Amino acid sequence: MTTLQRYFGEQAGLGLFLLISTVMLLLAVAAGTGIGEMPIPLDTTFFAVTNKFGWTAIELDPIHQSVIWDYRLSRALVAACCGAGLALCGAILQSLLRNALAEPYVLGVSAGASTGAVSIMILGLGSGAVTLSAGAFAGALCSFIFVALLSDGARAGAGKTILAGVAASQLFNALTSYIVSTSGNAQQARDVMFWLLGSFGGVRWPEFQLALVVVVIGFLVCMYFAKALDAFAFGDDAAASLGIPVDAVRVILLAVTALLTAAIVSMVGSIGFVGLVVPHAARFIVGPSHMRLLPTCVVTGAIFLVLADIVSRIILPQQVLPIGVVTALVGVPFFSVILYRSQRAK
Amino acid sequence: MTIKAENLTWNIGQKTIVDGVSLKAEPGKMLGLLGPNGSGKSSLLRLLAGLRKAHSGTVSLDGKDLRSIKRNAIARRVALVEQHANTESNVKVRDVVKLGRIPHHPPLGGWTKADDEVVDGALARVGMSDRHEQYWQSLSGGERQRVHIARALAQAPTEMLLDEPTNHLDIQHQIELLRLISDISLTSIIAIHDLNHAAMFCDHLVVLEKGRVVAHGTPDEVLTQQLLRDVFHVEATVSPSPHHGKPHIHYMR
Repeated sequence: MTTLQRYFGEQAGLGLFLLISTVMLLLAVAAGTGIGEMPIPLDTTFFAVTNKFGWTAIELDPIHQSVIWDYRLSRALVAACCGAGLALCGAILQSLLRNALAEPYVLGVSAGASTGAVSIMILGLGSGAVTLSAGAFAGALCSFIFVALLSDGARAGAGKTILAGVAASQLFNALTSYIVSTSGNAQQARDVMFWLLGSFGGVRWPEFQLALVVVVIGFLVCMYFAKALDAFAFGDDAAASLGIPVDAVRVILLAVTALLTAAIVSMVGSIGFVGLVVPHAARFIVGPSHMRLLPTCVVTGAIFLVLADIVSRIILPQQVLPIGVVTALVGVPFFSVILYRSQRAK
Repeated sequence: MTIKAENLTWNIGQKTIVDGVSLKAEPGKMLGLLGPNGSGKSSLLRLLAGLRKAHSGTVSLDGKDLRSIKRNAIARRVALVEQHANTESNVKVRDVVKLGRIPHHPPLGGWTKADDEVVDGALARVGMSDRHEQYWQSLSGGERQRVHIARALAQAPTEMLLDEPTNHLDIQHQIELLRLISDISLTSIIAIHDLNHAAMFCDHLVVLEKGRVVAHGTPDEVLTQQLLRDVFHVEATVSPSPHHGKPHIHYMR
């Protein structure tokens, strides 16, 4: 095998993998659209979508039409975007901070979002003019700015940046608990807890548009820095000696992941586990090179979260399990298998 | 003209690590940096690579201030081999060597057949061709060091800075590596502990003590009984080797 074939073989392998996983993603979204509490025939589901695209014009029950298009399809697509975004952020942070435990919330974004959310929900900040999502987004950014200042724009090194993130998480979680315990009633506390576990309830097409835009922009920025991220494998000095403007790349990527995570958290709450586990699984499949890793994370994360959302809706009759519970319950066994196999591979 | 340092000073907090160092590398020659532990060799190499900003003094590359040259333009010329560069990531040998091609491409630029040839050549030079598919975590310390050197060679540099590159190597690989670096036509600055190796392979030596240059010149001029006593605190005799004519140091018990 010549080196040329080896190179193109590698790329072709990735292309095939991405093609297959994109088809799987489409199937997952289709399943997410077809499966639900209200039994809707398959052909109705299909025509409800094609009607909206203007490809067919078949008379359908308007309730069915609305459940499929406005509720299930938009929800599945938001889940796909969120899964993609969280997995992407996790992969970037793990590489940038050189820490296998890094995940999208490591820099305190979700803690900040929760403080922002309870400030709106319980304290009534903004007196109704500010939405819950806007409050959560603002809180998440406050927390990130706190971390950025504390770690000198992450120049203080990966270890100290993570510590700053832990400090921010503790601070904002304490603030959230303080607000909930001093002024919340039991029902409000329960609402807050559910919100924190994450939920796709209430997401519709506007959320999908926003999620799609931020994930696509985030993905493109990260891909632009894919090779720079490879260079970080041996530390900052090694990256700098390979011509990477280390400080600038790190600040840009940390800001991008923070904004992306904040946007996702403010929409659907802090869904755990996707951002931690999917990048590791993706590395196991395609290796550590970011040109291959990042697209793989995006599709795998999307598939994972769409499937997790389906499970959360059907596992209990008459009830939707918080998505965060499902991602952990589905994710841990799945991850255990990967961990076990990778140890055996060594 | 190549790398030149003038009056470099660099501190950590109150402590001066590099203290008014001036040196000049000769094109195509090997310059050895000697000095006891903590004498500032590694810090000086980082300053010369442009990875740290000197508190005073300048580093220039072909007469141009290093601070005015873009990072990846520096990386196309100057390669650095660090002492303890490690990763948790499960990269393959070939992937590590491929990192050396990063400065030669725009961020989204494609990989070419020529890049593959450079990478293959670099692997062959350090004798790691047959292990290019092996994982980093499965390599010994010496093999890792050779992969780092292959990565530096893949950068196709004109200047190479090496921080104790022979540290983890067995004697065969130490000699092979030093021969490789002195044979290829690039300018190198190498921090090294083994004084006999320095005498055999380096064209010039600079001796550091507490961040200052205390001696510089050819191995003949620098490696004297007096210097070994004053700087390294060892008793030794120095005489020309009957085999290669370079100074040879016999340590006394």
